[in-house]
Amino acid sequence: MSTTTSTAPPTTPAPTSALNASRTLATAARVLRQLRHDPRSIAMMILIPCVMLFLLRYVFDGSPRTFDSIGASLLGIFPLITMFLVTSIATLRERTSGTLERLLAMPLGKGDLIAGYALAFGTLAIIQSALATGLALWFLDLDVTGSPWLLLLVALLDALLGTALGLFVSAFAASEFQAVQFMPAVIFPQLLLCGLFTPRDNMHPALEAVSNVLPMSYAVDGMNEVLHHTDMTAAFVRDALIVAGCALLVLGLGAATLRRRTV
Amino acid sequence: MMIINLDSAGGGTAPGDAATAVHAENLTVVRGPHTVLRGLDFTVPRGQITGLLGPSGCGKSTLMRAIVGTQAKVTGTLDVLGSPAGHPTLRTRIGYVTQAPSVYDDLTVRQNLDYFAGILAPGRASADRRHEDVTRAIADVDLTTHADALAGNLSGGQRSRVSLAVALLGTPELLVLDEPTVGLDPVLRRDLWNLFHDIAVQREATLLISSHVMDEAERCHRLLLMREGEILADDTPDALRTRTHSETVEAAFLHLVDEAAAAGRRKETNR
Repeated sequence: MSTTTSTAPPTTPAPTSALNASRTLATAARVLRQLRHDPRSIAMMILIPCVMLFLLRYVFDGSPRTFDSIGASLLGIFPLITMFLVTSIATLRERTSGTLERLLAMPLGKGDLIAGYALAFGTLAIIQSALATGLALWFLDLDVTGSPWLLLLVALLDALLGTALGLFVSAFAASEFQAVQFMPAVIFPQLLLCGLFTPRDNMHPALEAVSNVLPMSYAVDGMNEVLHHTDMTAAFVRDALIVAGCALLVLGLGAATLRRRTV
Repeated sequence: MMIINLDSAGGGTAPGDAATAVHAENLTVVRGPHTVLRGLDFTVPRGQITGLLGPSGCGKSTLMRAIVGTQAKVTGTLDVLGSPAGHPTLRTRIGYVTQAPSVYDDLTVRQNLDYFAGILAPGRASADRRHEDVTRAIADVDLTTHADALAGNLSGGQRSRVSLAVALLGTPELLVLDEPTVGLDPVLRRDLWNLFHDIAVQREATLLISSHVMDEAERCHRLLLMREGEILADDTPDALRTRTHSETVEAAFLHLVDEAAAAGRRKETNR
């Protein structure tokens, strides 16, 4: 049948390892490139936390102490919520558009995909948190005893946790409607129990026990440590490690929901 | 088993043969309560275009997904390019196009291809080859003038061609195309079939192309006719027509369906 000589160069099959730096970077660049075609989403992600902090500052105009504690907590909560929403919708779209099936039929490791997403949204979270923290500290007179860098670190870990949770729940959502409903289901209970509204040790013991196993509680605790102490306390290190550990655990669970073979 | 194996002149390839691209023995796929593929035995020869034809819902897409390695609950033997289907080394050697275009609507045509090329051939060292590959794939599907348009702004036919271009990246040895010409105008369909023949001849690739439009069958070297999860015939278009004394492949297909029904099935074939 085929008589003409082949001009195709011999293709060397690239090895599929657990994590490939170029594939991870290519994925992160692709996710950011997609966002770049959607400037309105970027603007909303970056500006809404700033607007909310601004609003909050003048809501608590008469009690700057309250603004200090709530403002610092919110600096950790905003990136978590934003990244949760963005990641759950983005990965759901990846699943429903068939691009996920296509990618998993290619030599892309699951770790590459997840790390790519985490890297892209992590970058965005850094920008978001830096702006929000800068605004709070220098323009809204948020009174923080510790280093702003530690605030930023917790915010970044929270963003990672949000990405992880979003990735994980997207596996259980069949549509965008369902994905958005996971926000009140997964995020709101944590919001109520994290100590934002009332100190956790004032809650009913049963609720306090629940709040002890929810990662957002440690994110808020960590922020409060920075608020009240000049140095990096042991409690802060513990809180940061717990948030980071939860993020990695949930990322691992998220990876398990990506299947090369589906029914 | 409802297999009418019309062994013809070009047939008779053994498993593991260098001339065999896909070899299946007793291939069965179960999806939920349904058995979608029922103990298929067939062979797809290398370097040719094999058409997979049959009505909607007969199991064509499931068979293609099994070959590509994305289908769960596959039993029996299924070897692709000498390895079991789904083997990691096959991931760079197979190009696969799903029925619905699977591309990123919020990226341009070129950005889509750049990303998938970066997955197939990662690293700075292959940057030049990637660029060449992407440019060629865009030209292959005749989208050069739309290279910088967002995929989401293209027409349905153009988007499915972007999806096809992704599968052409990296010079795959086996192309599995699920209804690639659906919804395209006649001129474009002819151009694409010419491209498929060029790919088979010049790039020495194997193509497995599904369609529910019988007139496309005439353009294939070999045909697998499917119905209700079984293979009705595995032959060349000419041999099929001759054997069934039919003018067209469509008439041959209907003849085979009637023949199978008349043969007095012991088991009911309906689900």
